[in-house]
Formats: sequence, structure tokens, C-alpha cells
Amino acid sequence: MRFIFKTSYAQDINLAKHGGHVFWYGLLALLLLGAPWLFAEYWLAQMTFILIYAIVGLGLMLLAGFTGQFSLGHAAFLGVGAYTQAVLTNAGVPFPLALLCAAGLSATVGVVVGLPALRVKGIYLGMATLSFGFIVEEVLARWEKVTGGNAGIHIKAPDLFGWKVDSGEGFYYLCLFITVAATLGILNLLRSSTGRAFVAIRDSEISAQSMGIHLARYKTLSFALSAALAGVGGALYAHKLQFISPDQFNIIQSIDLLLMVVIGGLGSVHGAFLGAIFLITMPQVISLTKDYLPAAVGQAPGLQAVVYGVVLVAFVLFEPLGLYGRWLKVRAWFQLFPFYRQGMFKRQKSFQKSDRLK
Amino acid sequence: MQFLQLVISGIAIGCIYGLIALGFVLIYKATETVSFAQGDLMMLGAFGGLAGMTMLGFPFWAAVIAAIIAMGLFGVLLERIVIRPILGQPAFSIVMLTIGIAYVARGLITMIPNIGTETHTLPVPYKDQIWKLGALVLNVEQMVVIAATAVLCAGLFAMFRYSKLGMAMQASSQNQLAAYYMGIPVKTLNGLVWGLAAAVAAIAGLLLAPITFVHANMGFIGLKAFPAAVVGGFTSLPGAIVGGLIIGIVESLSGFYLPAGFKDTAPYVVVLIMLMVKPNGLFGEKLRKKV
Repeated sequence: MRFIFKTSYAQDINLAKHGGHVFWYGLLALLLLGAPWLFAEYWLAQMTFILIYAIVGLGLMLLAGFTGQFSLGHAAFLGVGAYTQAVLTNAGVPFPLALLCAAGLSATVGVVVGLPALRVKGIYLGMATLSFGFIVEEVLARWEKVTGGNAGIHIKAPDLFGWKVDSGEGFYYLCLFITVAATLGILNLLRSSTGRAFVAIRDSEISAQSMGIHLARYKTLSFALSAALAGVGGALYAHKLQFISPDQFNIIQSIDLLLMVVIGGLGSVHGAFLGAIFLITMPQVISLTKDYLPAAVGQAPGLQAVVYGVVLVAFVLFEPLGLYGRWLKVRAWFQLFPFYRQGMFKRQKSFQKSDRLK
Repeated sequence: MQFLQLVISGIAIGCIYGLIALGFVLIYKATETVSFAQGDLMMLGAFGGLAGMTMLGFPFWAAVIAAIIAMGLFGVLLERIVIRPILGQPAFSIVMLTIGIAYVARGLITMIPNIGTETHTLPVPYKDQIWKLGALVLNVEQMVVIAATAVLCAGLFAMFRYSKLGMAMQASSQNQLAAYYMGIPVKTLNGLVWGLAAAVAAIAGLLLAPITFVHANMGFIGLKAFPAAVVGGFTSLPGAIVGGLIIGIVESLSGFYLPAGFKDTAPYVVVLIMLMVKPNGLFGEKLRKKV
């Protein structure tokens, strides 16, 4: 057990709370930087996907985990970002500029979607975002002049002011850089007054409002930031796949993104990363274990859906804080060894606050 | 005449939306949770009917009744095993839970070898029959959907209005605590509501099956029933049916009169407009949160 002796207020908001953090995150950084030499091409590509999904996950975490507004149409923002990037890159716009445009356009769309959020909440917001997701998918499929319709669109390699990033390693470093920037941005945002306002809105809108938080402004801001991150993720996703079509941004993708943050652990930045790792590695694990299962189970096309569903149900039932919550327990067990008690993380009995008129 | 034709086919598909939406509303009123698994319960119901008719060799009526009862029991079981332990947790967790159930249901069906991945036709006695009424050509399958929905609605109305069980359900959906103090077994009722919702979903599946096909992804039609429930107001049973009819008719008309692509998005455009104009829906109660 580590006790931190605090001698200044600045320590309260430090990103690295103690030497252990510095050491372990430094090690992680080294590992990530050295990954191209350590892992084979295929696994490097998977790591790139994890980084891309982590960026999108950070955005969704900000919205769902920290502001308490859940979106069932997040794939739409991903799609807007991806298509903006594709169209601009193919028109010869340099990568950073196109990325900014993708983020900006997604954020604008996010604001538009955020507007109903000011009037409706809970399940109605879910409906609004779901409907919006369907409409965007249809627009992407039908606006053939720009998006190429259902046939999809090819995208050129990113062009960093004359330097073409067309190798797997180069693109990995690009994603790593953007992911680190996004993570630091989110961490800084969360310890600022804006981030605190988001959390206050999540915990109780009424008390947040009484504390002088402008609900409309902060909810819209949260939607915009979340959509912008999804747009950046979408842009990188388009570059990684080099080919995008509207059906990559459908309701299944939206649900996968939600599944990612829920399994990762709502309300924690780590959760976005753990969820992304889960989402990318799970299909690999399934395909690896397929050979050891009886053919009737292993070769069935529905296996992946069943595994996802069972894992999701199990997490909601037994581990509402997701993978990150599980990690907290494991860490507490080691820190307190041998004094960990069974009931330390016992789920509190809670009663849902009714939305109905009493 | 064409207009009338379109309206009738819109009403038929709208009845299906309405029935699925009815399941959402029943569950929402009873437990204040939203079930995303409703569409997939419908799919299971249709597969149940198919299994009864083709594999077990039941006669049509026996298969239909068996499928409905089986799905009702399945709903009760589902509530008891997975939903009840987490009641009281944030609504979002329960939404994710039902999404998980939907994944599992869809995955398990596709895992059945040779059956799950194929599309099937449900062998109903009224398949491909047509009534001619003047210039109007009526599809019997659609008429059966409309008639069955009407009968079912009348039955549900009578149940909620006159039977003890229905009144107890209404009471507990208005105020669970007060209902509990009056001696109503709220927990059992919640289970029964899930059973009822699953049974209604099964009926919807059996009615839809002759019009489309029976396949593992037919549950996605449930996503179109959400707009129906929202348009009708999430808290009103007649609203769900009316909402379903509106969505069905809008979809059918826009598919014909508007350019391609509007057919699939029209329901969502309607629901977005509805949420902007009247977030509580046509028949929803006006709710205001007090501190």
C-alpha cells in the first residue's frame, strides 16, 4: 500500500500521481515506441486498429462515461470523419489539414445532434442518435457524386507535406502520436473546470444546474468534442483500411463502439483503451481457439456474436465497472495482500431514480 | 386507388411495428427499462413457429399457440434470470444488457447448422392468396396481420380494463411502491409483463413471417419499432399501435412517392421531428421532474 504525502495542491491534479505511474507508463511508452521492431507486421496492424478504436472510444467515453449522454449513432460521426478525410485526401489536401477538417465537420454534425439532447434525455436521446445514425448511413450511400455510394471509395496514403506515409510502421507512429495527443487532451480536459462540469452533469443535472453550470452549453460541447474525436478516429480508420463503404458505419458499428466502452469500464480513461483491446483481440482469440472446439461450434458463423453477447451480459451483471473495475480489484488485492476482504468492492444496492412524475 | 393500396400495405407493416412497440411500452411501463431484445424475441418466435410446423409436424394452429406460449415462458425466464438482478441499476446498463441478449439470441440461431443461416418460408394456410375488391387487390397475408392485430388489441384492452391481473399491472406500472403496499406482488407481475411482451413479439414474428421470410436478421425490424414507440409516446399502449400505423403508412407512401432512399429513412425523420416538436409523443403523459 502506497501512501502519498502531499505537500502542495498541485499534487492533487498531477497527471502522474507518484513514481510508480511514471515508471509504468514510461515502460508502456517504450514498448509502444519499440513495437515495430518487436512485433510482426500483422500484429502491428492490429495494434494500429487498437489505437484508432481507442481514439473513438475516448470520445465516446467522454460523452457516455463522463457526461452521461449515451449515443447509439456514434458510427455516424466515424463515417463523417472517414468520408471527409477520403474526399479531401483524394483531392490532394495535406493530411493534417484534412484531419482538422474531418474533426471539424464531425464536431459540427455533433453539435446538430446535440441539439435534441437539450430537450430530451435518457432513452429518447438514444432514439434521436439512433435515428440520426440511420439517416447519415443512408446519405453516405445515396450521395453518390461525393461518396461513391454503396460501391465505396478508395483513399490514398496520408501525405504529410510531401512525406508519403505508406508503410505500416509510419502509419503506426502517426496513430500513436495522435492517440497520445488525444489522451493527454482528454486527461487535461477532465481535470479542468469543463471536465468537472461534465461529471457534475452526469451525476445530477439538477444539482449541476443549481451550481451554475450551463447545461445546454456543456452538453453541446461534450457532443462536439466526442464527435470530433470520432471524426479523427474515422479519418485514421479510412487511411488504415484504404477503402470505405457506408455499411462499415451502420448500427452494428455503433453498438460495437458502445460495447467497447461498457466492457472497458464506463467512466474511466483506461476503459477506452481496455475496451479497444478487447474489441480488436476478441475476434483473433476466437479464430485461434476455433480449431480446438468441436466443428459444430467452432465453424458456426454466429460464434462471435454469442461470445460478444455473453461477455456483455456477464459484465453488466457481475462487473459494471468493466475491465478497468476488474483491474482495480486485482490491484487492490496485490496492494493489500494478504488483507483483501471479500466484500471490499461489494456492489451497493441502488434504486433507480424514476423519471416519472411522482 | 393506388394510394389506398399503399395505405393498406402500410397499415399491415405498421401493425407489426405497433406490436413490437407494444412490447417496448409494456416493459417500459412496468420496469422503466427499455428492451433492445424485442426484435430478436420476435425472430425467436418466428423460428419457434417454423420449428413447430416443419420439424415437429404440428398442425398450423397448434404450432402457433405452442410458439406463443413457449416465447411467453421464455420471457418470464429471461426476466427472472438476467433482468431482475440488475433492476435499479442505471437504465443504460439494462439497455446494454438487452443488447447483449439480442446478440446471443441472433448468434445462437445462426449457430444451428443448416437452419440458422438460411432463409425460410413459414408454411401458412393463407400463403399467396388474394382477394379482389373492385379494383383493389387485397393480399390475404396483410389482411390477416391487420385482423390479428385488431383482435389482439381488443384482447389486451379488455385484459387491462376488466381483469384483476391487468388492473394490477396498471397499478404497479403507475407506482410500484404503492402497488406493493396494496398487496400486489410487483416482482411476479414484472416477470409476467416480460412474458406478455415476449408473447406479443412472438405473435408479431408469426404474422410477419409470411410477408417477409424467417431468417436470423429479421430482428433488425425491431429498430424500426422504436420510432413507433416514440411517436406514440413511450408510456402509452394505444400510442404504440397508433405510432406503428403512422410509421408504417409514412414508410409505405414515401417509398412510392419520394426518391429511393427515403423509404428506409422516413421513419427516422418522422421520429426526429417528433422529438423536436413534442418529445413526449402523441399520447405520452406530460412528465416534469421535480427536485
